[in-house]
Amino acid sequence: MLDNYLPILVLVAIAFAFAAGSVVFSRLVGQKKPSVVKLAPYECGMPLFGTARDRFSIKFYIIAMLFIVFDIEVVFLYPWSVMFKRLGMFGFAEMGVFIVILFVGYVYVWKKGALEWE
Amino acid sequence: MNDILITLLIIIIKLGLIFAVVLTMAAYLVLAERKILARMQLRYGPNRVGPFGMFQPVADLIKMLTKEDVCPAGADKYLFLFAPGLAAVTALMSLAVVPFGPTIEIFGQQVPQVVCDLNIGVLYFLGLSSLAVYGIALGGWASNSKYALLASIRGLAQLISYELSMGLAVVPIIMAARSFSLTDIVMAQESLPFVLIYPETFLIFFVSVAAESKRIPFDLPEAENELVAGFHTEYSGMRFGLFFVGEYINMIILGSMTTIFFLGGWHGPLLPPIFWFLFKVLGVAFVFIWMRGTMPRFRYDQLMHFGWKVLMPIALLDVVVRGGFMVWSLGG
Repeated sequence: MLDNYLPILVLVAIAFAFAAGSVVFSRLVGQKKPSVVKLAPYECGMPLFGTARDRFSIKFYIIAMLFIVFDIEVVFLYPWSVMFKRLGMFGFAEMGVFIVILFVGYVYVWKKGALEWE
Repeated sequence: MNDILITLLIIIIKLGLIFAVVLTMAAYLVLAERKILARMQLRYGPNRVGPFGMFQPVADLIKMLTKEDVCPAGADKYLFLFAPGLAAVTALMSLAVVPFGPTIEIFGQQVPQVVCDLNIGVLYFLGLSSLAVYGIALGGWASNSKYALLASIRGLAQLISYELSMGLAVVPIIMAARSFSLTDIVMAQESLPFVLIYPETFLIFFVSVAAESKRIPFDLPEAENELVAGFHTEYSGMRFGLFFVGEYINMIILGSMTTIFFLGGWHGPLLPPIFWFLFKVLGVAFVFIWMRGTMPRFRYDQLMHFGWKVLMPIALLDVVVRGGFMVWSLGG
């Protein structure tokens, strides 16, 4: 069972080595002439104002929360989708109830305007 | 002991081959994209370095390696250094489960043409595509730049939104193949590719995949005429290169997944299987490039509306209808 995952471990090691290696190599080869202006974040050449660690729209949080709810729904669909033959009509009815409950939630979210972007 | 060594040797040879081929493919996909785009816009594209610009990727690599590696003032240094690596590593890791062809026999050993045929290959791919979001999120947030921050938040919301419909579109395929293993899914399409049986599922999946690839018309995280260069605005040199490589490897991965789930994987007449596989993957990649040459960019509200109010319900309905039909055809 475990040696099924051995290739993935080797792959992770090689991938990390590739990523780290190329960056380290470019550090060694590349030039280094830092200056205050060069290190400043890009803002079209104008003097900086404010901070980049600013607040942003609450919409994005809502999307992230909705994503978790609906992604769990998708994850619940997977076990059923491989086993549906054995579970038969009963499994499908159970899944249907589950989907309907979530669909009610979806309609609620829509009506509440959580999916609006103006 | 000897067995373990042989297994390890096979793994390393396979990985070496795959890395070499995929990295070269990614590099030349960049050139192909520039060439094809140029032709679509009645330009020549890169044609100075070598015959027909064939050495352009090499020149680009040398340039990126020798550029200065700038880390902007006020950036979260470790996250800033870590993010591009993460983007490239997650893209490379998905390669582990891609089956390039059927099992072949070399020196009496059964060698499957896949790094490891996980019985949960689909979940592995979806999990990694979720992890790929971190590369953008961390990179943009750590840069201490307003453009990068805006782009990374946008990108985050976009990627997780379209991941839902992508996940839902895979469900009918799993039901038809009755397995999470990508090899089994390809095997199930021996007579007929799933695109012909599930055309609407294919459309849902393809649109979601296009959104996951962060390319036009879904390139909001990089929208160059509003956000400079999006989440990698502050990146330079090889770190930018890693983002870039990750993006193109991701394009190959998404092309492979479309091929595996819907286009019948390595199945095809006459030519050897691996050739068919590459041919189909490159075909999907060409469609991506074609879309970039043809379409305008979505507005952000349109993008979110489309993802949540159109694609999601359709994908859900598709699962219910297709699932119901498959259960019904069992005979109740």
